[in-house]
Amino acid sequence: MAEVKTHSFDAIIVGAGGAGLMAALYASREVNVAVISKLYPTRSHTGAAQGGIGAALGNIEEDRWEWHAYDTVKGSDYLADQDAVDVLCKEAIDTVIELEHMGLPFDRFPNGKISQRRFGGHTNNETGKPVQRACHAADRTGHMILQTLYQQCIKNKVNFFDEFHVVDLIRVGDTVRGVVAVEISTGDFHVFHSKAVLFATGGWGRCWEVTSNAHSLTGDGAAICVRRGIPMEDMEFFQFHPTGIYRLGILITEGVRGEGGVLLNSKGERFMEKYAPSIKDLASRDVVSRAIFLEIQAGRGINGENYVHLDITPETVNKYLAEAGESRRITREYVEAKLPDIADFTRTYLGVDPVKEPMPIQPTAHYAMGGIPTDVDGRVVLDQNNKVLAGLYAAGECACVSVHGANRLGTNSLVDLVVFGRRSGVHMAQYCKEAEKLPLPKNPVDEVMAEFDRIRNGSGGAKPYELRKQMQKTMTDNVGVFRTDETISKAVDDLRLLRAEYNRNIQIDDKGARFNTDLLEAWELGCLLELAEITAVSALNRTESRGGHARDDYPKRNDVDWLKHTLCFSENGKLRLDYKPVVIGRYQPKERVY
Amino acid sequence: MKVDLRVRRFNPEKDQKPWWGEYTLEKVRATDTVLDLLHRIKWEQDGTLTLRRSCAHGVCGSDALRINGANMLACKTLVTRLTKDNNYARIQVEPILGMQIIKDLVVDMEPFFDHYRSVMPYFVNDNPLPANGRERLQSQEDRARFDDTTKCILCAACTSSCPSFWANEKYIGPAAIVQAHRFIFDTRDEAFEERLEVVGDTFGVWRCRTNFNCSNACPREIEVTRAIAEVKMALTTGKI
Ligand SMILES: Cc1cc2nc3c(=O)[nH]c(=O)nc-3n(C[C@H](O)[C@H](O)[C@H](O)COP(=O)(O)OP(=O)(O)OC[C@H]3O[C@@H](n4cnc5c(N)ncnc54)[C@H](O)[C@@H]3O)c2cc1C
Ligand code: SF4
Ligand code: FES
Repeated sequence: MAEVKTHSFDAIIVGAGGAGLMAALYASREVNVAVISKLYPTRSHTGAAQGGIGAALGNIEEDRWEWHAYDTVKGSDYLADQDAVDVLCKEAIDTVIELEHMGLPFDRFPNGKISQRRFGGHTNNETGKPVQRACHAADRTGHMILQTLYQQCIKNKVNFFDEFHVVDLIRVGDTVRGVVAVEISTGDFHVFHSKAVLFATGGWGRCWEVTSNAHSLTGDGAAICVRRGIPMEDMEFFQFHPTGIYRLGILITEGVRGEGGVLLNSKGERFMEKYAPSIKDLASRDVVSRAIFLEIQAGRGINGENYVHLDITPETVNKYLAEAGESRRITREYVEAKLPDIADFTRTYLGVDPVKEPMPIQPTAHYAMGGIPTDVDGRVVLDQNNKVLAGLYAAGECACVSVHGANRLGTNSLVDLVVFGRRSGVHMAQYCKEAEKLPLPKNPVDEVMAEFDRIRNGSGGAKPYELRKQMQKTMTDNVGVFRTDETISKAVDDLRLLRAEYNRNIQIDDKGARFNTDLLEAWELGCLLELAEITAVSALNRTESRGGHARDDYPKRNDVDWLKHTLCFSENGKLRLDYKPVVIGRYQPKERVY
Repeated sequence: MKVDLRVRRFNPEKDQKPWWGEYTLEKVRATDTVLDLLHRIKWEQDGTLTLRRSCAHGVCGSDALRINGANMLACKTLVTRLTKDNNYARIQVEPILGMQIIKDLVVDMEPFFDHYRSVMPYFVNDNPLPANGRERLQSQEDRARFDDTTKCILCAACTSSCPSFWANEKYIGPAAIVQAHRFIFDTRDEAFEERLEVVGDTFGVWRCRTNFNCSNACPREIEVTRAIAEVKMALTTGKI
């Protein structure tokens, strides 16, 4: 049996993406913190974020945080909690300024201020026209945020445990006592004893076939919480980003459309004029993804295939700018300067030069609106009355505050990371100063170690890769951009069979201790299966269409019955659904028109 | 097409010394990446094959490998780039050089990150913040000055292709210098002198023999050699 080492800290942060690092910077000023990450921090998927971070700085035209809040609520299809949205949009402004003060190299306007561009769903509420709100550093804004935060953590001597894979939460009744992790390079189990734990482990796009998400985005933190009795909120709402590279899923930022790019079908029609007459290609993501899907279904995909074109060539863009009566024109050099990484991706992976020809795109599984339920200080809440589990926190994509409701606006995840990462870090530090450290239970690693032994020694012949492929297929076919009772039911059945197979017959090749990624990937598959089933079951019960959850059999939003958050509990191997009210503030639900 | 792969294997738990694993893959698309191929081996043939990867599109820096003798990211290298034949390719994959092997294609990155941390890779400016509570201003020209070196993803392709680093692993290497450059040439940063002192040390920039391996290896197309030359110039003239 592998050796078990024990470490002691005030607070443990699991995950070193934007959310985890922001929390670490704040918490570590006050108390003794360790950040545990299965990847080197700079490999986190926050580094893949491209287009921008939204904040109503008003650097080039009038803007107000209240407009940002309204756009967010409308984008969410009125499912976001409006008190939390106010916090997000108000604090977005000084957090973005704070990032600049930390040295983040934003692009600049000629006047030296942070450069801002248009993005889907962000508008001037008086004119209804798109507003320049997305602060950016070329098309690698997330990379710059991740690098800057990590740099500041080095400066502030934050403790890191890199390439440690957290596999369990130590919960005793309504208290937390720390986490269990595997040191990847040796295979040893470690216990991290603490007063508080924050999960910031990112999303789970790998439940689907075509995704913008990294291989490592397997929802570990959320799945661990489910196993320790914490419900998942609003899991039926998963965002399909309209513009992933055809077949590969690699993201093409909405910034392309923010800079003037347009979507075209096989007839060369700018079809978004039909679906969103006012802001067209810059409608919110659920709307655009559905439009693409419908165009393809009607036989207007390019060459009859499952994709359409995204065109940022100056010829096309300038034609439409002129048509709209705008004086702005773009050049090839401008596209190269503003979207260098996008140009590199399409040249590398498709051999397509985006300044000369259109890019083939299709919707790609992108972002989890749902997740671990929290309040605005990142505290995890356990039920419909928002009962707090003291000492447990979640932030970033794995958390559901909820500020994104049924559909997230572009640029709002990066804001979410830094705003709620900061708030969680501050709150957690305060908590640690007041709370006592409770003793560890006996043998805290036994349960998860037994699960690892089961996977390592399994001989039933079920290969993780095969099971994963089948899960991804059924999620794509049946719980994708559009769903019905029939398709979702099919997915639920498939997933139950796959989980049974996983629990009985999993078999891997690598029986060793050191850097056993065969074993860890198999364990991650267990997390994905857990979350996929919760997603499908939550989706089946919601008999309406709202934001990212679009049902052919219930095409309308139904506020009378469904203006509420889903909570899904896993109890003795069975899933149970419950609901909690949405916090409404200034904005009463009304029909969404773009 | 058909691809024959030779992959350098070494598991210190069982192997006395490294060996070559030989694998044949059918039905490979010309547009598949080397990472796709390694995944197919791992998932379809031999789950013990070990490598690092995450993003799969060249932005996280996990999978710098030595492919047919040159450093590149496996996920950004398409099979077409490695063959002229439409039906066949022969591809050799090894871990990057100059670093301790942990298992198969995975090397110990700690010394690399130690060099990185040694150059004060963080923004320093203790002056009072703008009184209006807003951002510090920076002109577009000043911002452009260090744009290239902000792109670095710390993949180590450059450092592990550098003969000076192979000769002496105490040399901080091109990646660390790129990181130093990013701050030295940022007009907002104030630690100019301290940072120059670190990179001007015996194991700093002067070990560079301008051999250009680093620039050729960089998957982010950073002009690494030029960045190093600019740092040398700043050291000589004391100006940026
Ligand atoms: C291609 C792409 C482009 C995007 N562009 C934008 C954009 O322009 N604007 C915007 O607002 N949003 C964007 N998003 C969304 C946004 O980037 C993500 O939602 C966000 O970065 C998630 O950050 P995070 O800190 O929650 O998690 P991540 O950055 O995903 O980090 C997760 C961390 O958790 C660690 N981890 C996970 N599991 C474990 C475990 N078991 N043990 C230990 N550590 C673990 C990982 O090592 C990692 O450090 C984009 C997303 C993608 C995929
Ligand atoms: S400079 Fe280029 S090759 Fe070197 S570490 Fe950075 S990205 Fe990799
Ligand atoms: S897997 Fe991220 S760079 Fe290749």
